[in-house]
Amino acid sequence: MNKRVAVIRREHFNAAHRLYSPEWDEATNNTVFGKCALPNYHGHNYELEVKIIGEPDPKTGFVIDLKMLSELIKREILERFDHKNLNLDTREFKNLNPTAENIAIVIYDLLRPHIDSKMDIQVRLYETPRNFVEYPV
Amino acid sequence: MVYLTRAEHFNAAHKLVNPAWDHKKNEEVFGKCANENWHGHNYELFVTVKGNPDPDTGFVFDVKQLSVLIREHVIEKLDHRNLNLDVDFMRGKLCSTENLAIGIWDQLAGLLPSTVTLHCIKLYETPRIYVEYFGP
Repeated sequence: MNKRVAVIRREHFNAAHRLYSPEWDEATNNTVFGKCALPNYHGHNYELEVKIIGEPDPKTGFVIDLKMLSELIKREILERFDHKNLNLDTREFKNLNPTAENIAIVIYDLLRPHIDSKMDIQVRLYETPRNFVEYPV
Repeated sequence: MVYLTRAEHFNAAHKLVNPAWDHKKNEEVFGKCANENWHGHNYELFVTVKGNPDPDTGFVFDVKQLSVLIREHVIEKLDHRNLNLDVDFMRGKLCSTENLAIGIWDQLAGLLPSTVTLHCIKLYETPRIYVEYFGP
């Protein structure tokens, strides 16, 4: 019988970014990305939900120790991105446009190696209270 | 007397830096908020005006007009901008949420008709941090 349970940890970080493709001229960037391409950056309160799906351990009753998950997210994600400029201050987005989609993929890739392969991970990232993405789907 | 509130939102970058202090002192006081390359927020803005409902319309103030005033004089200046670099009414000021709320008040206070009074600027910097300004 399938006893898989999803547990979710919610965290948040604030960051500046801009959306911009270096392969395009300014006019094309403005057409595609609008105000998000403005040169002096803007920013967001990102709300991050990390969902871990697996069977509860028979000894602890936990799918994953949420305290441990919280510490992992703090170490791998928040310390990297919180109060940073995603374009200028992070290795991950030196050559990658920091859209919500790409940030979710990067977060997944950073966390996946630290989570038991028996478990699935899904990342939900809110860029604003009204815009959010999920990965993988 | 009825209090009428319009909610708006904007996204912006900023940093907290006192130009009179060196980098070390700024980091001591403002922590991560002093990060040289900026960080940013989704700001949620609540503008409250007060007055008596007009007997002909039932309105304290036409909320569509209020929305247009906020958009033209506040949101268009702030949304997707860098508060320290791009915003005329924040020039030379520390871009704290407190000062931004005062700046927004000053933008709007003179634009309202005599039948209504600006009552409060409530500004969320994050879902967990907000300020309220009730005027000078």
